[in-house]
Amino acid sequence: MFKEYDPIKNKMLQIMDNDGKIINEKFMPDIDDSEVLEAYKKMLFARTADNMTVSYQRQGRIFTYPPNYGQEAISGAVARIMRDEDWLVPAFRELGAYLAKGASLKEVFLYFMGYEEGVNFKNAKNFVPYAVPIASQLLHAVGIGYEIKYNKKDQVVYTFVGDGGTSEGDFHEALNFAGVWKAPVVFIVQNNQYGISTPFRLQTASDGIAIKSYAYGIKGIQVDGNDFFAMYKAVKESAEYAKAGNGPVLIEAVTYRKGAHTTSDDPSKYRTKEEEDEWDVKDPLKRLKSYLKSQKLFTDKDEETLIEDYKKEIDRQFIEAENFGSYPLEDIFKYTYGDMPDDLKQQMVEHEKFIKWKEVSQNTNV
Amino acid sequence: MKKVMNMVNAINDALDIKLKEDRNVIVYGEDVGVEGGVFRVTEGLQKKYGVERVFDSPLAESAIAGTAVGMSIAGLKPVIEMQFSGFANPAFNQIVSHVSRMRNRSRGKYTSDMVIRMPYGGGINALEHHSESIEAIWAHIPGLKVVIPSTPHDAKGLMIAAIESPDPVFFMEPKRIYRAIKQEVDEEKFSIPIGKAKVIQKGTDITVVAYGAMIREVQKAAVLAKKDNISIEIIDLRTIYPIDRDTIVESVKKTGRLLTVHEAIKTFGVGAEISSTVIEEAFLYLEAPPKRVTGYDVIVPLPKGEHHFIISPERIYYEILRTVKY
Repeated sequence: MFKEYDPIKNKMLQIMDNDGKIINEKFMPDIDDSEVLEAYKKMLFARTADNMTVSYQRQGRIFTYPPNYGQEAISGAVARIMRDEDWLVPAFRELGAYLAKGASLKEVFLYFMGYEEGVNFKNAKNFVPYAVPIASQLLHAVGIGYEIKYNKKDQVVYTFVGDGGTSEGDFHEALNFAGVWKAPVVFIVQNNQYGISTPFRLQTASDGIAIKSYAYGIKGIQVDGNDFFAMYKAVKESAEYAKAGNGPVLIEAVTYRKGAHTTSDDPSKYRTKEEEDEWDVKDPLKRLKSYLKSQKLFTDKDEETLIEDYKKEIDRQFIEAENFGSYPLEDIFKYTYGDMPDDLKQQMVEHEKFIKWKEVSQNTNV
Repeated sequence: MKKVMNMVNAINDALDIKLKEDRNVIVYGEDVGVEGGVFRVTEGLQKKYGVERVFDSPLAESAIAGTAVGMSIAGLKPVIEMQFSGFANPAFNQIVSHVSRMRNRSRGKYTSDMVIRMPYGGGINALEHHSESIEAIWAHIPGLKVVIPSTPHDAKGLMIAAIESPDPVFFMEPKRIYRAIKQEVDEEKFSIPIGKAKVIQKGTDITVVAYGAMIREVQKAAVLAKKDNISIEIIDLRTIYPIDRDTIVESVKKTGRLLTVHEAIKTFGVGAEISSTVIEEAFLYLEAPPKRVTGYDVIVPLPKGEHHFIISPERIYYEILRTVKY
């Protein structure tokens, strides 16, 4: 695969066309029908959750949210391959991968409602919290990769960044270190064409991102990120390659952010309806569903039933998050240090004194 | 002629005036061009002045600051934006190692006289890294000036002064009051000197020094204190560095009491500098120890915990009472 799709050839790995037809049998991954169906269901769940989250935000029930809309096949493929012992070092637009790792939707909601508890991911092993400073997380992935090699563990690190993030120095430094250390890291660039409002052509003069792997002496591949099979194939081979001690891989997943950057953003300011329509044809769910239907594995009726069930489940978890309860004062202090300085303890005491005074003065109307 | 403006309009107006009169002024940063910035501060400027003068850069704060060093050495006047102050951190090396030092290093031959704009501060229900107040860190670096406006009028005048300054200026915009305060602002060009604080309310019992979004909270606290017949003198610092020690000392000599208020954390903060100044220069006038109302020494909490951290008028009033009754 790496040879055939060497980035220097400027070829993108694609296995399924826009109508769900397999057009590249040679690279079709060895994957059971049931597994494909399961992957689709998870992608559908992620999309349903995503849509509902945007509505919750519009209702003022969460404060902001970065939608995954249009990019579900990327996390959807990683979700089928990543194991419990593997590491996930995310950016913030990989919902399907979080859920696969063992995060609950409730936790995802909690974070975007404004609770730090939402990135604790109680039942998820080897899952680092979201990194808001763009591309900074890639270096953490490389450090984890070093530990894996050092202790000769059978693990791999999956880490994500957007196309905007590839302009940050940290991106280049991470690839460089990972190359030198032969760290078992799969770097996945979700090239969704925009960094907030800034189009890909203003991020780099390079013809794509995968080619940048050359400069660091590592493997790279450009993949149709809206093609579940292509993503599955690329992620699977990359993980095996990295785990075998060959070093990191840079996957450029070419996709489109159909939604806004976050719910605070309005894409109509910087892109056209025509462009959105063009990408709509390549929608990852539409394509995989066409495939499943052609294989008689799935019907529209199935989808309707599933969505109804999912909506109930999503709303249940949302209500649970909404009822999470109060945020005690000590929670803003107690995680600052392992060994809390007395000075800081004193600040908490002072605040408690103020609260007491406030209560008394309000009661006596001082 | 005057026009009603909020702080976003006022900064935009200042940039517009300087772009028009000086072709060396170049405005760039992440999403500042087509979109006009995530807070719309640069809206319409690219259309008016073209993509060579107002443009979207690739996403890399260190590169934005570093290229601005080169531009200013070569004679341009970059006005760069850090999308949020929390995202200025990757540029720290360029700022501390070069922006602040170029004049000294080259013995005045070259300068890095740019303006670095950044929205800062909490209270807007934001994600991590979107709510910090790290003005003290920037003010601690020799060679940088740090300006924080509290009104649209001041924002316009200070921005004009910042662009005309021979030194690099950090222009920190309290985003919580970007649109919250509207006032009539002169449409013509005017500037407000950097390094001068302003007494915005005269009083005799206590001096309260604040800046940015905290001014409004102090004014609310002053209303609460009215029923106790406490007369408060409010100083809007307007510039963090160079700090206007004279205005503060003169006021405290009159009132005998000092309270500083800032959202930024307490330890090694601006309040400590102000208190030291007063102790050094007005010690015998003091009737109570100088006090501080500040953020706590913690990471700014996410929205559900922010009420524990953010400074309320009641907390300011509480410390005013304690200081006056000391």
